[in-house]
Amino acid sequence: MSESFHAHLLEFLQQLINGLAFGSILALIALGYTMVYGILRFINFAHGDVFMLGAFAGFYLAPKIAVVFPLPSIAGALVVMISAMAICAALGVFIERFAYRPLRRRPKLTVLITAIGVSLFLEYAGQFFFGAAPKKFPEILPVLPVTQIGGLSLNSNQIIVLAVTLLLLLALRFIVLKTKIGTAMRAVSYNPEAAALMGVNTDVVISFTFALGSALAAAAGILWAINYPSIDPLMGILPGLKAFVAAVLGGIGNLPGAALGGIIIGVTETFVSGYISSTYRDAIAFAVLILILLVKPSGLLGKKEIEKV
Amino acid sequence: MNFRHAKTVLLGASALACLASLLADRMNPYWLYIFYDIGIGIVMAVSLNLINGYTGQFSLGHAGFMAVGAYTAAVITNQFGELNFLAANGVFAVALLAGGLTAAVAGLLVGIPTLRLRGDYLAIVTLGFGEIIRVVLQNMDQVGAARGLSVSHGWTNLFWTFGLAAVTVYVVTSLVNSTYGRGFIAVHDDEVAAEAMGINTTKYKVTAFVVGAFFAGIAGGLYAHSKQFLTPGGFGFMLSITFVVMVILGGMGNTLGVILAAILLTLLPEGLRMLSGVNHLPGLTVERPLAWIGDTRMIIYSLLLILLMLTRPQGLFSFRRKRN
Repeated sequence: MSESFHAHLLEFLQQLINGLAFGSILALIALGYTMVYGILRFINFAHGDVFMLGAFAGFYLAPKIAVVFPLPSIAGALVVMISAMAICAALGVFIERFAYRPLRRRPKLTVLITAIGVSLFLEYAGQFFFGAAPKKFPEILPVLPVTQIGGLSLNSNQIIVLAVTLLLLLALRFIVLKTKIGTAMRAVSYNPEAAALMGVNTDVVISFTFALGSALAAAAGILWAINYPSIDPLMGILPGLKAFVAAVLGGIGNLPGAALGGIIIGVTETFVSGYISSTYRDAIAFAVLILILLVKPSGLLGKKEIEKV
Repeated sequence: MNFRHAKTVLLGASALACLASLLADRMNPYWLYIFYDIGIGIVMAVSLNLINGYTGQFSLGHAGFMAVGAYTAAVITNQFGELNFLAANGVFAVALLAGGLTAAVAGLLVGIPTLRLRGDYLAIVTLGFGEIIRVVLQNMDQVGAARGLSVSHGWTNLFWTFGLAAVTVYVVTSLVNSTYGRGFIAVHDDEVAAEAMGINTTKYKVTAFVVGAFFAGIAGGLYAHSKQFLTPGGFGFMLSITFVVMVILGGMGNTLGVILAAILLTLLPEGLRMLSGVNHLPGLTVERPLAWIGDTRMIIYSLLLILLMLTRPQGLFSFRRKRN
């Protein structure tokens, strides 16, 4: 009796760790959605594809970086990740500058369709340049032997995903709450006109937001590729959608909400596919979202906006 | 498009469709299928325009309703073997109607959350419903699950496609231009003011979803009997996006513009394919000066989309100043 209870508990904990690892990757992508939404009030549909490009940047950089930092190694993996983040940050700024900025005074729907256009462009261009067939992501991290803690098998990659996510979240929190540019971000998100009148350069703040969000997406792309090493140009669509759902779930525009939403979606999806049915896993995120929005239309941590007439 | 002329247009279009279907035997089958796609695109875009354009809601799940209609109609017609002309068209009509009604029920289910949600939240919930429909179909063994469902009869023809496109245009324009239909536009312009004037905004929003879904279901039936093979993956979120793009390029709430955009956006990828020299017209050998387009045609398509939004954000065919 207690033996079987122990086995169930172990399986439960195992699923929880899998779910947390998956959820923290979603959380990193969701943060990008929510930051852009918080400032520009529009859904950056191309964000999932920036995540994909992050993974591909790692794929193409790894052999070059291996010349200086032998791979797999922790230092080398770190360099790969940081370079991918830098590339995607530049790309995010570029996309905003040329596709979204000319439309800033236009209706949100126009910008949304442009974002969809950018997303399609990145996917098709990716298929053209990288090839549509899945590629095997190189091993950039030394695979430590699976650790056994009381019968629980811990994959070193999962621990690294959790640790890196936690570090990035703390760094983001520091940037947003303690630095000058972070204060400016919050000011623009609160009221762009008033912030501009107070001398905040909104263009710089918006570019910085895109850089930050895209860098987080690239980090998520590398972490994803380390855990699920098959990458292809369309890999960003589903994680992108789920991360967006996570951002809405937590209350879009709210940073802790996005992280919480990502974790909730990741854990629920893992549990449902582990215990109930794995074929329904892609519908779980949306079912959770609809249920929560029916009860709390502004998301878990979102503020209810009072409509003024 | 004025209401007074709508009936004439409807009759004319149906007659034209009837006539064209007589000539269909002589047409190149490749073009014929493109014409079907155009007709289906018109039904989808015009019905979505009722929800997104006139009523000002934002639905990203129109392909889901299409899937419901397609599978329902296909399951019904698959019960029958070879039928004579009259019986076949009778069964087809019933199947299309059934597909439309099932999709309308799905529309009612999606319409209910719209009572509480607005803007982006509504968009993501409709997207979610579309994805859920796809995943449910993927798990239904009775309709072939992920393997897909083959449809026994290729009953879609020019008469049904363009006749039903004309009916859709007629119903949507006369609905919006009727006294009752002013309510849709009122909800679009200012929901709070509309409510203050005693308009039942909830009823209008749900009506828009149900009517829109009904026609999407019918388009699904046409699609099923034109392609004769259905896979759940084909009705993903990208297909919904295609129709949203048609509505926005046409100019939200501008039926004529939306029709033109549906035609243009169906022809554009095919046109790029032809320019690149993949020769679908036997006997017509052309120089292939643009052969390089081949692999890049979808890249060009997406770039054109971005360019169009940057240069004509009010819609390609919108020449009036939009009311604000």
